[in-house]
Amino acid sequence: MTEMLAKNNEVKNKVKKQKKSQFKEICMRFSKNKLAMFGMIVIILLIIMAIFAPFIAPYSYDEQNLKRSNMLPSRQHLMGTDNFGRDIFSRIIYGSRISLQIGFIAVGIGVLIGGTLGSFAAYYGGVADNIIMRFIDVLLAIPSTLLAISIAAALGPGLTNAMIAVGVGTVPNYARVVRASVLTVKEQEFIEAARCIGVKDHNIILKHILPNAMAPLIVQATIGVASAILSAAALSFIGLGIQPPIPEWGAMLSAGRTYIRDYWHIVTFPGVTIMFTIFSLNLFGDGLRDALDPKLRR
Amino acid sequence: MYRYILNRILMMIPVLLGVSLVVFSMIFIAPGDPARIILGDTASEEAVQELREEMGLNDSFVKQYVRYIKNIVTKGDLGTSYITQRSVTAEIADRWPTTMLLAVMSVILGTFIGIPAGIISATRQYSILDNLAMILALIGVSMPNFWQGLMLIIVFSIHLAWLPASGFYGPIYWILPVITIGTGTAATITRMTRSSMLEVIRQDYITTARSKGNKESTVIMKHALKNALIPIITVIGLQLGRGLGGAILTESIFSIPGIGKLMVDSIKARNYPVVQGGVLFIAIAFSFINLFVDILYAYADPRIKSQYSRKRIKKNSEVCND
Repeated sequence: MTEMLAKNNEVKNKVKKQKKSQFKEICMRFSKNKLAMFGMIVIILLIIMAIFAPFIAPYSYDEQNLKRSNMLPSRQHLMGTDNFGRDIFSRIIYGSRISLQIGFIAVGIGVLIGGTLGSFAAYYGGVADNIIMRFIDVLLAIPSTLLAISIAAALGPGLTNAMIAVGVGTVPNYARVVRASVLTVKEQEFIEAARCIGVKDHNIILKHILPNAMAPLIVQATIGVASAILSAAALSFIGLGIQPPIPEWGAMLSAGRTYIRDYWHIVTFPGVTIMFTIFSLNLFGDGLRDALDPKLRR
Repeated sequence: MYRYILNRILMMIPVLLGVSLVVFSMIFIAPGDPARIILGDTASEEAVQELREEMGLNDSFVKQYVRYIKNIVTKGDLGTSYITQRSVTAEIADRWPTTMLLAVMSVILGTFIGIPAGIISATRQYSILDNLAMILALIGVSMPNFWQGLMLIIVFSIHLAWLPASGFYGPIYWILPVITIGTGTAATITRMTRSSMLEVIRQDYITTARSKGNKESTVIMKHALKNALIPIITVIGLQLGRGLGGAILTESIFSIPGIGKLMVDSIKARNYPVVQGGVLFIAIAFSFINLFVDILYAYADPRIKSQYSRKRIKKNSEVCND
């Protein structure tokens, strides 16, 4: 008996070790990719900036000073001031809170709804698969920006509505990715084994299939955060997203648009910030995809 | 092949019906009473009620939806604009050529830059050129096109005064908007061409083609590119569709009288029939672009062509067996 227990423990340790080493291997491969590391560091810095915005920003985001309106970048105002005399640099720092929040929550909505639909469709197949995927086809027939714009137009402007609009706009992508990976995983023997010993369907999906179908979803979600931030900025730009005075980057661009003839800096800096954020997220996403791709293992 | 196309068109019908239902429901739940929007805030409650009755807005959701679809199918009527009182179909028909022209030109620009850049990147993997192209492509993908449009206006219209910043009256007006939409397209096509070419270049038949003594340019253009085309065509098709969606922002930046600007203006004015019609119209165009891409596959890859025909043969034999 004790011998059996010892053997059992040994196997458990071995599995643990293997799991750990696989994770380590992915981390190692990722850390070798300098561009991806750069992307990751920028994202971490952005998150820190968002959390500690009140401590980092030199001014408040809505502190108006009409005597100092439309000032070019200077020592006092690193990125200049806007038409209300508000410090653009501080607004960009506070804006990272809104943009990152939208990016992550919208992707969360997309992954949750899309993932559930996709895994249901793949696991149950047949009629369920047909109904769900035809619904996804309908959503896919509308370009994603347009879908987000239509939803936002129906719901009305605002932060929550923008998150819902952008999130629902991404549902088709996640549903397809999850469905494809669940389809490949579900045919494997360990799933059959789980079914044989009487594990319930939702447990099989949540505990056995999804963790094994995660890799493509993680990659898609990372790059999805980038496109969600872009879509939200686009919504705000046409007046359907975040409303002033909340300093969302797209809304800042939209507000500065009126003054581009005389004051280039008002639209330049928020745009550069959006681009830099998306660029870093894309670098991180690409790196993650390469690190998780078994084909690239040497 | 023709049967395949016909099948695909028939399959489009339920999808488009679904799109119309989704869009109709969204507008149905949208805040604001259409009758009130048309008559304005000063109109009396009786007048609003009368107009609601006249427009059939008091009918049930199903009744209104069926009437909407019936009008589209029998008369091609997408409703009437609240603002201009013109037919939505006519409004869209007026502006459609402009949007299509913009999308097609941007895709052409993107393809002419993207495919050569992708090929050069793939054939010289990890060289300075490759790294430069990849970083530029990533910047292109990451740049919000509405911001890029504004930057182009600042540089080329305001400071250099070379190109006009708004309107769409001739080729000189097309340059900035086409670059704005085309940059992202070029970047995406570059990335896809590179990865698709890299996959093909590693195949054995490329080594064979080289060992037969073919010139490197022949190997790349004839053997590699042709086999790498399928994902590239897919991306080009998707970009054309995205061009239609992306045109919404670009058109409003450059004040181009296309469907995009019409839709943004209509959303702001809560002119819902136009929004509804516009989304439906773009979805139809998008579906036809996807169909066109699938047909192009057949020309790029004979295996796919034979698959399309084989489906027919298989179906025929199934019918015979029954």
